[in-house]
Amino acid sequence: MDVVSEPLPPVIVGAGPAGIRAAERLVAAGLRPVVVDEAARWGGQIYRQPPDGGFVRPKTALYGFEAGKADAVHRAMAAIRDRVDYRPRTLVWNCEAGALDLLSDGASETLPFSHLILATGATDRVLPFPGWTLPGVFTLGGSQVALKFQGCAVGRRVAFLGTGPLLYLVAYQYLKAGVEVAGVFDTTPFIAQARATAGMLRDPATLAKGLLFVGWLRAHGVPIHNGVRPVRAEGAERVEALVWRDARGQERRTVCDSIAFGLGLRSETQLADLAGCRFRFDEADRAWLPERDGAGRSSVAGVYLAGDGSGIAGADAAELAGERAALTLLEDRGLPVDGKRMNELDGRLARIAAFRRALNAAFPFPTDWADAIADDTMICRCEGITAGAVREVARSGQAREMNRAKALTRAGMGRCQGRMCSATTAELLSRTLGTGPDGVGRLRAQPPIKPLPIATIIPSPPRGEGEGDALRGSGRSDAPFQPAISALPRVPLTQPSPRGGEGSSGREVA
Amino acid sequence: MRERIDCDVAIVGGGIVGGSAALFLRQAGLSVTLLERDWCGAKASGVNFGGVRRQGRPLEQLPLSQRAHAIWGRLPELLGTDAEYIRSGHLKLARSEPDLASLIDYRERTQGFGLGLEIIVGEEFRRRWPALGDRAIGGSLCPEDGHANPRLVSPAFARAAAKLGAVVREQTPVDRVEKDGDRFVLLSGDALEVRARFLLNTAGAWSWRVAEAFGEPVPLESLHPNMAVTEPLPRFLDVNIGVEGGGVYGRQVPRGNMVVGGGRGFALDADRARPQRDAVLTLMRDAAELFPQLRHAHVIRCWTGVEGYTPDRNPIIGPSRTTPGLFHAFGFSGAGFQIGPGVGQTLAELVVTGETPMPLEPFRIDRFTPTA
Repeated sequence: MDVVSEPLPPVIVGAGPAGIRAAERLVAAGLRPVVVDEAARWGGQIYRQPPDGGFVRPKTALYGFEAGKADAVHRAMAAIRDRVDYRPRTLVWNCEAGALDLLSDGASETLPFSHLILATGATDRVLPFPGWTLPGVFTLGGSQVALKFQGCAVGRRVAFLGTGPLLYLVAYQYLKAGVEVAGVFDTTPFIAQARATAGMLRDPATLAKGLLFVGWLRAHGVPIHNGVRPVRAEGAERVEALVWRDARGQERRTVCDSIAFGLGLRSETQLADLAGCRFRFDEADRAWLPERDGAGRSSVAGVYLAGDGSGIAGADAAELAGERAALTLLEDRGLPVDGKRMNELDGRLARIAAFRRALNAAFPFPTDWADAIADDTMICRCEGITAGAVREVARSGQAREMNRAKALTRAGMGRCQGRMCSATTAELLSRTLGTGPDGVGRLRAQPPIKPLPIATIIPSPPRGEGEGDALRGSGRSDAPFQPAISALPRVPLTQPSPRGGEGSSGREVA
Repeated sequence: MRERIDCDVAIVGGGIVGGSAALFLRQAGLSVTLLERDWCGAKASGVNFGGVRRQGRPLEQLPLSQRAHAIWGRLPELLGTDAEYIRSGHLKLARSEPDLASLIDYRERTQGFGLGLEIIVGEEFRRRWPALGDRAIGGSLCPEDGHANPRLVSPAFARAAAKLGAVVREQTPVDRVEKDGDRFVLLSGDALEVRARFLLNTAGAWSWRVAEAFGEPVPLESLHPNMAVTEPLPRFLDVNIGVEGGGVYGRQVPRGNMVVGGGRGFALDADRARPQRDAVLTLMRDAAELFPQLRHAHVIRCWTGVEGYTPDRNPIIGPSRTTPGLFHAFGFSGAGFQIGPGVGQTLAELVVTGETPMPLEPFRIDRFTPTA
């Protein structure tokens, strides 16, 4: 891309391990990056900090084994705090024409960028099972956030269900926090995990930790079941029990007052999509991800990707990838970079990637899960859409891909914009149609990527409407803010059309 | 091996016009092949505001609009679904005396078309729509107008046509179209060749390509109306709302979500568009000003689409001036949803009988061509 005479400060979205290490590297090179983050304090999800003021728990209690890493990441940001334009509690709701739209303190602001690092992180991947909408069913990540951020548990007797490293980690953290763990219900057959262990020897420390979690849980009498499928969460008002099927097909019942549940993680890719990044299907993540080369470049010049937001690899990899993307950005800006450090990061990222492959083998996605979802199970909670509705549009030939299924059923049209339900919709569609998981496309991202208050304060009255290209946003205007809800001025009239009566943009569309 | 289909009528574009034309042609017993390069009803027909509105249209559109109105009344019978169509009424607000005068004038001028417009002002206005508060001094109500879910309606026409035996091919772009003697020949890559006695050009914003192929260039511009929808809210509005003088329009669906529209998105490329930041923010501000009930709501989604606009904002409908057997219907300029099925029926009529009682003169394709 053209290097402008006055290059804009680099912009980083996300202040987790990837975003912080990226910022640190840019600051070291003498730049003053903008760091935009939704949370009130830096750290991301994995190293999320408790709210400021009056609530202090030692980091060893909050992060366990990861306390050292969490502390290092927190300190890294604290050390550069004065040399970055840090914007906490700020939602990026749109990316358009070389600028981001931010929402902070109820006001929208347009932030132009020339170089952008997206470190947007991930959320839990969930597939529904009967009773999953009962109060008391949480995601694994959500249960962990409750512990770290709010210092409370999601229940008194928690069942941990699903697959992925978080399953054992969060169970262990709950046990350490003094919560009763009703059991760990792993969807992976034991044999698969045992086989995958060999590959995990590449990273003995991490493997040891995993084994330690399991050993610790067992030593404390927590039953661990492999090859499990949920039958239903039971309860009148809230969860009272988890009914599950063991590896031999026996139906069993475990009393609990809450269920922490997740099937690995899914990347938050909407901004990359709005930024115009090309996507590819990733077999390991079973998801469409923005293309990213080893150096962190996306398919769009000036847009870089790092961390779990563009492929699940965990917090350690996120730190390395954040720094790597920053070095790439510096290189692209024609600034001197440390080639040796680049090579070192590449080597370490490659080792983590190999370990991740083993981890994926140890915690495979339960591909048969979707088949067991009953037609009357709600799969999209925002819009109240059932599995049967999605299967029906697929079976009848009306929908062969995700966006069409969304248009016809509303699955993915609600508050979450498919961030929670699209994994399910994709599974149901592809299983019903008999395609691979990559055969049904992906939901196109649309602004706002998260709900936007209609009372959002907007900078200056935008230009008149109906002017075609003149409408293109070009960054922020210098005019003072105007309250969105003013004392009832008339809505600005548009130019009358040739026929009079209705301006070209004021015509009702259909 | 290229597949070959021979039929009476080929239709390019499976939106509400092409889909309904296919349906009525099948009802008349003609063989139909409908080619859609995306999914039927996925473009402007499926992503518009969803207003089913006669009120506010220029007089020359009202006969077609009335014809369409009758078809809308038969949706379940025609499509097997009501597609969330509600005859809620369409209320056009006046926020000043001059605006009210122009609504009254419109009512006078549309006498005899059967719209049944009622001008409601003052005390009665506030009594009937307390939710609108003092946002307007009065309004013009078209009681039988309403709204529907375009995502359901528009694909349903092509689907109903297919049920009656129309050959509907989606994901099938037409690369070449020509006339070979008395037959139109349409090619889609190496996959498909369609030959037909008649050709309907109902390809929305992309129709100019077909028109141009037959020596009828048209000044069609792609524009992108901007829409937004809120989370579900308590019901406060039962009518589809427009505003005299434009700016913003809105409707509340039975689920409680408020759909609002106004302003323009921008083109990503020739085929795709996105909501534009300033338009989104302006729309939110204007919608909250018009509907104070939205003040604490969130917008959960914005969208836009690609729609063909003509210079005079009237569609192009009727026979080609260069090529017998070719009929055009496009350029609805952001107001094709309600009128669409009436136009589809008229196209079918033109093919089957060679004539129509509908006055199509104002929609001639050659009206923009400077006369020598």
